[in-house]
Amino acid sequence: MNPVLTEQLLLLPDYLQGHLALTFAALGAGIALSVPLGVIAARSPRIRHPLLAVVSMIQTVPGLAILALVVALLGGQIGFVPAFIALTLYSMLPIMRNTVSGLEGVPSDVVEAARGIGLSPRQRLWKVELPLALPVVVAGIRTAAVWTVGMATLSTLVGASSLGNYIFIGIQTRNLTAVTVGSLAAAGLAIVLDALIGSLQWIAEKRAVGVAMRDLKRSTAFAAALSVLFSLALVLTLRPEPKPDFVVGGKPFTEQYILASLLTEQLEAQGLRVEQNIGMGSDIIFEAIGAGTVDLYVEYSGTIWGSYMRREGNPGRDEINRVTQRFVSEQGLNPLGLAGFQNRYALAMSRERAAQLGVSSVQDLEPLAAMLQAGGDLEFFGRSEWQRLQRLYGLDFAQELTFDAALMYTAVEAGQVDVISAYSTDGRVAAYDLLLLDDPREALLSYDALFLASAAASEDERVAAAIAPLLGAISDEAMRAANKMVDVDGRPVAEAVAYLRASLN
Amino acid sequence: MIELLHVKKSFDDGASFAVADTSLSIARGELLALIGESGSGKTTTLKMINRLEDPSDGKILVAGRDVLDQNPQELRRNIGYVFQGVGLFPHHSVARNVAAVPELLGWSRIDIEARCREVCDLVGLPFDDYAQRIPSELSGGQQQRVGVARALAARPDVLLMDEPFGALDPITRAGLQEEFRRIQQELGLTVVMVTHDMTEAMLMADRVAVMLGGELLQVGTASELLNRPAHPYVTQLMEMPRRRAERLDALMREEG
Ligand SMILES: Nc1ncnc2c1ncn2[C@@H]1O[C@H](COP(=O)(O)OP(=O)(O)OP(=O)(O)O)[C@@H](O)[C@H]1O
Ligand SMILES: [Mg+2]
Repeated sequence: MNPVLTEQLLLLPDYLQGHLALTFAALGAGIALSVPLGVIAARSPRIRHPLLAVVSMIQTVPGLAILALVVALLGGQIGFVPAFIALTLYSMLPIMRNTVSGLEGVPSDVVEAARGIGLSPRQRLWKVELPLALPVVVAGIRTAAVWTVGMATLSTLVGASSLGNYIFIGIQTRNLTAVTVGSLAAAGLAIVLDALIGSLQWIAEKRAVGVAMRDLKRSTAFAAALSVLFSLALVLTLRPEPKPDFVVGGKPFTEQYILASLLTEQLEAQGLRVEQNIGMGSDIIFEAIGAGTVDLYVEYSGTIWGSYMRREGNPGRDEINRVTQRFVSEQGLNPLGLAGFQNRYALAMSRERAAQLGVSSVQDLEPLAAMLQAGGDLEFFGRSEWQRLQRLYGLDFAQELTFDAALMYTAVEAGQVDVISAYSTDGRVAAYDLLLLDDPREALLSYDALFLASAAASEDERVAAAIAPLLGAISDEAMRAANKMVDVDGRPVAEAVAYLRASLN
Repeated sequence: MIELLHVKKSFDDGASFAVADTSLSIARGELLALIGESGSGKTTTLKMINRLEDPSDGKILVAGRDVLDQNPQELRRNIGYVFQGVGLFPHHSVARNVAAVPELLGWSRIDIEARCREVCDLVGLPFDDYAQRIPSELSGGQQQRVGVARALAARPDVLLMDEPFGALDPITRAGLQEEFRRIQQELGLTVVMVTHDMTEAMLMADRVAVMLGGELLQVGTASELLNRPAHPYVTQLMEMPRRRAERLDALMREEG
């Protein structure tokens, strides 16, 4: 079988388990909260409107924003808990709304008869109203289940593993196989769950009109299957996972996946049990390492300088390294040393075009800029680095075009733009044979790769031993070639790691 | 057995009265028919007796005790009620519907089963044929009879019936009327029965109470109402059976 596919399929049990655990836990909590709230809302119109309004509002907030908010509210905690809370909140609306409308749909003469023959309010609820409302309630649960399966893919971004790992990592690494496997698995899960809950709904409907259980063999079998799946997920969730010694983190792009795998292998070689938690956003991972939920990852000096410290100006590579390492130390984090390479912004041109114009440095662009088209990624033209670049070199391009990163590279290759804001270790720089222009006036920040550790990891000798061979050992060229293997050539991450290991200085 | 003392009921804080200043006394073992046009307050009167509605004013005694002093659930379990809308539980079989009140009262399974059999047979639905059916598998008239069986199941002393025989064909209806009257007298049940049918009221009831726009116009035996109507509406109401009887009489004479 295709090695990329094999590599992906090996990940399936873990991701699927994470996904199922999240989905069922959130759905269970959602049901446990929403049905009683729905009952209360159905009883009291005064409560119903505010309650439904709040729950509907939660629903209108984009899923990603809810996740981010929950992480923030929990003080930066990442992983299962925030994802679980966000998914639970998200699952509430359909269940609650259907509970209310199911109860309202119970024929009033039946409710009156129940009162009239002497059932207490509680008996009325349990013996008459809920059984009759059940099909509608279950329909709500069914909707919630499908939503939850879909939204659980997003929990990857807050560090909870799910089928979303396939999708996000796949998109970032342009690994179509991973995206496909993840999407199909998530869709399949949604379909299976929909069918199983659908059969429960069917049973509830029949029961609501009094059909005896023995006449419902077919769907009883379905329901049994659902219960088995449920218990399986539960067992998997509760299965005592050996607690890892350390968690290696990574941001959502290829280079980070390769480095996280490299770090994992290094730590495992020291006999440590390691868990990988990759695909987290920059801010989330920085908080996570502070909170100790991530123990080791690779950060970039320029990111600390610009994004976390919010500093302007460029005091030069050494000064940035000094200041940023002092800053992270003050934050209670532990810089273990530089990897050797930088992944910085750099202006890049096709080698051919550069030769034609006689350009090898940004300086050479000054007299030509008015005739040239510049392309940038989604944020480049908004950054202070760009303004500094324009100012220091007196650049005024004929046009500035913003692209998705992938399209930016194809645009410069096709000659649609002349200069782009490339990433210095991007595999496509090598693949498209681009020339990175020198920046003698240091307008662009340095982005030295820095190993950052949590307090626990920094105190462990085995971590130090694992990192030692990597310090200063990874060159720009080696990193770029490794990225290219994955991004451009579609090789598995493991191969890129092996390559990187072989090319350590 | 049942006593209404200056009972009033308003659903709009006194702007209008669904039942206006009604006093009425129903003796133990009596069957009182409550008759009147649509919206005249019959159902409301019935509901106040078992506290499905509480009166805005006045007092209601059942077996000498003020209903407002009693736990509504206990009160209702001891009073059989046949609902105007039938209101069978659609998710329960006929047997479970009929068994509802005995179950609430904690009867033993054996007693419940025996009693269900008895009352189902009584209303003309052989238990073995009907016990396991669900309401949606019954005709309207059959559902109504299950409603009557449910009301009778726990052997209440007092029975409130809101148009219990409305959906029945004339022959079944006549049979059931007679059968019901027989056991009512045999067991000494106190019954208030709402009906739109004056003939039914005259044939079954010891006394008839006539309501109009929330007012109780007259209470009396059929012959009292016939011979000494207290209100033009009563006269009008009695006209119907009388004219029907005369017409039938004439028809029979033609033949003979
Ligand atoms: N819950 C309620 N809220 C407000 N008004 C009510 C309510 N129940 C009954 N009414 C009003 O009280 C009046 C008497 O109603 P009731 O049901 O007692 O009439 P009825 O004599 O039983 O009529 P029918 O023969 O049509 O059943 C009607 O005008 C009705 O609209
Ligand atoms: Mg009525």
